[in-house]
Amino acid sequence: MRDAAVPTPVGGPILTRAFRVLLAVAAIGAVTALWRFAHGLASVSALNDGYPWGVWIAIDVVTGTALGCGGYAVALLAYVLNKGEYHPIVRPAVLTSLLGYGLAMLAVTIDLGRFWELWKVPIFFWRWTHSPQLEVALCVATYVLVLVVELSPAALEKWKGGPDGSLKRLADRTLPGLNRAMPFILALGLLLPTMHQSSLGTMMLLPSSKLHPLWFTPWLPFLFLVNCVGMGYGIVVLEANFSASVFRRARESAMLAKLSKVAMGVAAFWTAFRVVDVAVSGKLALVASKAGIWFLAEVGLHVAAIAILASAARRRSPMWQVRAGILLVLAGALFRVDTYLVAFNPGPQWSYFPTVPELLITFGIVAAEAALYVWAVKTFPILAGAPAGARG
Amino acid sequence: MIHLKDVNSPRKSAFIRSNSAEDHMYLDGTSGLEPLHVDDEGQNRRDFVKVCLMAGAAVGLPAALSARMAEAAVKGVKPSVIWLHFQECTGCTESLLRTSHPDVAELILDLVSLDYHETLFAAAGHQAEAALKKTMKDHEGKYVLVVEGAIPTKENGIYCQVGGRTAVDILNDVAGKAGAIVAIGSCASWGGIPSADPNPTGATGAPTILKGKTVVTIPGCPANPYNLLGTVLQFATLGTLPALDEKGRPKFAYGTTIHEHCPRRAHFDAGRFVQKFGDEGARQGWCLYKTGCKGPSTHANCSVLPFGEVPGAWPIGIGHPCFGCTEQALAFRVPLHATVDIERPTPPDTYPPIRAEQGHVGAVATGLAGLAAGALVGAGWAAAKKAGEAGPPKEG
Amino acid sequence: MTLDRRTLLTSAAAAGAALAAGPAAARVAKEPPPGAMGMLYDTTLCIGCKTCVVACHEANDLKPDTRLSKGLWDMPVDLSGGTKNVIKLYKEADSPRRSYFKAQCMHCVDPACTSACMLGSLKKDPKTGVVGYSPEYCVGCRYCSMACPYEICRFQFDEAAPKVVKCELCRHRVKDEAKKTASGYTRYPAGQGPACAEVCPRGAVIYGRRDELLAEAKRRIAEHPERYVGYAEADPARVFGETDGGGTQVLYLAHVPFEKLGLPDLGTEPVPHTANVVQEGIYRGFVAPVALYAVLAGVLLRNRKAGESGAGKGGTP
Repeated sequence: MRDAAVPTPVGGPILTRAFRVLLAVAAIGAVTALWRFAHGLASVSALNDGYPWGVWIAIDVVTGTALGCGGYAVALLAYVLNKGEYHPIVRPAVLTSLLGYGLAMLAVTIDLGRFWELWKVPIFFWRWTHSPQLEVALCVATYVLVLVVELSPAALEKWKGGPDGSLKRLADRTLPGLNRAMPFILALGLLLPTMHQSSLGTMMLLPSSKLHPLWFTPWLPFLFLVNCVGMGYGIVVLEANFSASVFRRARESAMLAKLSKVAMGVAAFWTAFRVVDVAVSGKLALVASKAGIWFLAEVGLHVAAIAILASAARRRSPMWQVRAGILLVLAGALFRVDTYLVAFNPGPQWSYFPTVPELLITFGIVAAEAALYVWAVKTFPILAGAPAGARG
Repeated sequence: MIHLKDVNSPRKSAFIRSNSAEDHMYLDGTSGLEPLHVDDEGQNRRDFVKVCLMAGAAVGLPAALSARMAEAAVKGVKPSVIWLHFQECTGCTESLLRTSHPDVAELILDLVSLDYHETLFAAAGHQAEAALKKTMKDHEGKYVLVVEGAIPTKENGIYCQVGGRTAVDILNDVAGKAGAIVAIGSCASWGGIPSADPNPTGATGAPTILKGKTVVTIPGCPANPYNLLGTVLQFATLGTLPALDEKGRPKFAYGTTIHEHCPRRAHFDAGRFVQKFGDEGARQGWCLYKTGCKGPSTHANCSVLPFGEVPGAWPIGIGHPCFGCTEQALAFRVPLHATVDIERPTPPDTYPPIRAEQGHVGAVATGLAGLAAGALVGAGWAAAKKAGEAGPPKEG
Repeated sequence: MTLDRRTLLTSAAAAGAALAAGPAAARVAKEPPPGAMGMLYDTTLCIGCKTCVVACHEANDLKPDTRLSKGLWDMPVDLSGGTKNVIKLYKEADSPRRSYFKAQCMHCVDPACTSACMLGSLKKDPKTGVVGYSPEYCVGCRYCSMACPYEICRFQFDEAAPKVVKCELCRHRVKDEAKKTASGYTRYPAGQGPACAEVCPRGAVIYGRRDELLAEAKRRIAEHPERYVGYAEADPARVFGETDGGGTQVLYLAHVPFEKLGLPDLGTEPVPHTANVVQEGIYRGFVAPVALYAVLAGVLLRNRKAGESGAGKGGTP
């Protein structure tokens, strides 16, 4: 009988062939990023004054942090609603969140033209002129620290059970206090994403004359918040099934079925809210416009995911869980990319599409995230459901 | 009534008597035995003042001074001018003599006292040298020294000697007691054509030889005679020199570039260029920038003050790019048809539209992005099937 | 007591209602400061000589833009990281109607860019209302470029140490107070006002206090109503910038509809209005985040206690 609740390192060799491929892609991205720092933004990107934000913001940061909302979404269930059955997926979800947010911060640093002034943000925030972006910046930075602390038991537990030494002493000393303080840290880890994910929506309300009316709604922050929860569940389902297949861990299909049902509910709520908001503000006619196709795609992808998850049998099937997860993630990502890029119209004279180097950096960041995930689950007790008899 | 025609005046005869008629054959067919063409009636006062007005106006002196100029001339208060020739083609002198309508050459004789000029002198040899010495003594510290031609410096300057003395020595000697020094032409200003690579004689301009002295330079190949006229007239009338730039060039003439006042500037601004000599653009008189016009980098006033009062008698006027004859960095150095950079670009005669297209969509990037996204999603979708088949049994 | 689904949904609904109430709270529209300085550009007077373009480059130490002209001309086709002022030409395909258009920062009364800027690198001067930029606190995020409805904030993408570049009404030239002059406008001593207005040979662009310029603009319309037009073809003649997007300090009079000259249709509401109202509504006094944190911490503590007493199913790790 497997002890589903206790996480253990996956172990095994790190440098598999797949891992090496990920490293290669990440290395290409890193080299390109170095080139960007040496030669400036124009040398590697197609960013211009009409489209000052491109894929690095729309995908790496805005969508990337949403993919990092797995920890947030699962914590809502596991801690706030106290559903203990979701426990096994909390840690890997927090890991995914940490990686997602951490790399999103890296993407921001690459994108910023004057990144060396970044240190002034937490110091001079009192100069704040109510920019929603300042709130996002401070929140995200704090959240990354919170995630590190939330995940630290994984490392500390490993060191506590390890050989005597400074690491074991550190673990012995900090774990008890950490466990006592956890509720306050977790509460922060629930507050912060609520704040900054909704503010990511508020941010796109500022260019009011340039955002297409189908996306310009005062409910944008709320839509972003619900959307990130839905995407969080989606990514968690994908990640849990992936880990089960690749790392030979117990596939918690029943729990994931329940989670999928919650995800379906969130997706349904989001879709309904989105459509009703558009209808109530008298913008339905705009769906027939060129941009309307993207709106329909967003709705369509959500509906497809909901359709798959509507059947209980399919919810229990890992194959359909994964496919629905893919659709959920795609649907949510599309909404964000639409808000930040596609539905943003600076005028007909401007056009933007990422350059190859821009894409290479994005691929590099995604590959780095995947590689770090693999390394972490193999080295630290993150994943639960180890096979019986396996080393803990 | 001022009689300027006095053919029998002994002073004048030093200039107009010639040993041989053929030696002084001018373009207008005269032989030079008579003064450069003068009306039979002679110049009357009105004409004389008009000339002074013109000469003064051309170089920026206010009209009121023209009367003063004329008065000073009549009174006989004329500065003495010593004109030295060294490594030169005499083009600058010739250019000055071409100002014949009205007869400025003769008027110059009355506005200034040209006491030594090898080309125009009838005298030669010891007689000429004696005139030089006498002038230097009589008008010490007051005469205007005009230098035409470069001064060779290699091997102690032996490559140009007059009366047994090297140019360097003559120059230093005469300049030492001069009241004002003017270097006319590019040769005297900075070395000119004799100084072109490999400069075997070490030809240099007067300012380099006369370090520390104020030398007004009037570069050009030839120099525009009115630039000299204006400088000398100002000195004659007011006793001062015009404002000079860091190279000693009068700012009234060399303060702007050819490009700034070029008659073909509208074509430059509109982007109408001659691409090849003889093409349609050349026939239309379009801008010669692309054929190597040095106008943008050349400080001179050829475009506003015609040579010999003949409008169009300058390179651009006849359809050839300016070659920068006043500039040491350009003339006889940079190939005739090599283009120069525009140092101070100004707006063209075209306008951007309200919405100028910017940004572009790369085909390769689009393909790559599509491929990556499709591959990722497709692989995931297909791999989902394996999730159902492989892996440990489901937990309850 | 564990927080069950019903309680959570009820509190969420209550929070949502509170959120909705936020935006309803009226936000006072900004007024221009009493000494607001501005410019008035009249397309009927502009001859397209572009002296203002050259003067702006010189006054601001910017190099001529020769990127598209192979070094031959100072030829900006638009505002950029090296050009703060540009003259564009509007032409019609099937009519001789033409108009020049001078593009530069509008110095909005309620600017979107200053609302976007995280640390106040872009700041509106409280006395003159001029929107100035100092790179000191700029991280180069380009949110200001995203926000500006007139596409004014330009970024030096090809520089190693890039800055945001836009017209600042030559505030770096100002040393003394502006005073009422014989012209009827309040002006700085010679050489201290905006360079473009200083060199314009036709007075097509003039500067002074916004209220003076607005009065003059209205006077021109009253005197020559046939000369000027409004936003769209059939609209009555008016001054652009009086109320557009909450008002701007740079005003336009035109003989060609404003929409054709590339000016956006903004209504009277300030551009950052919705964003500011929503943001303020949620975060006013930071009450909501603190309250939410208290609720969350309370719930988690209670859950843990329940878990320790053996009653709960999960709790903290």
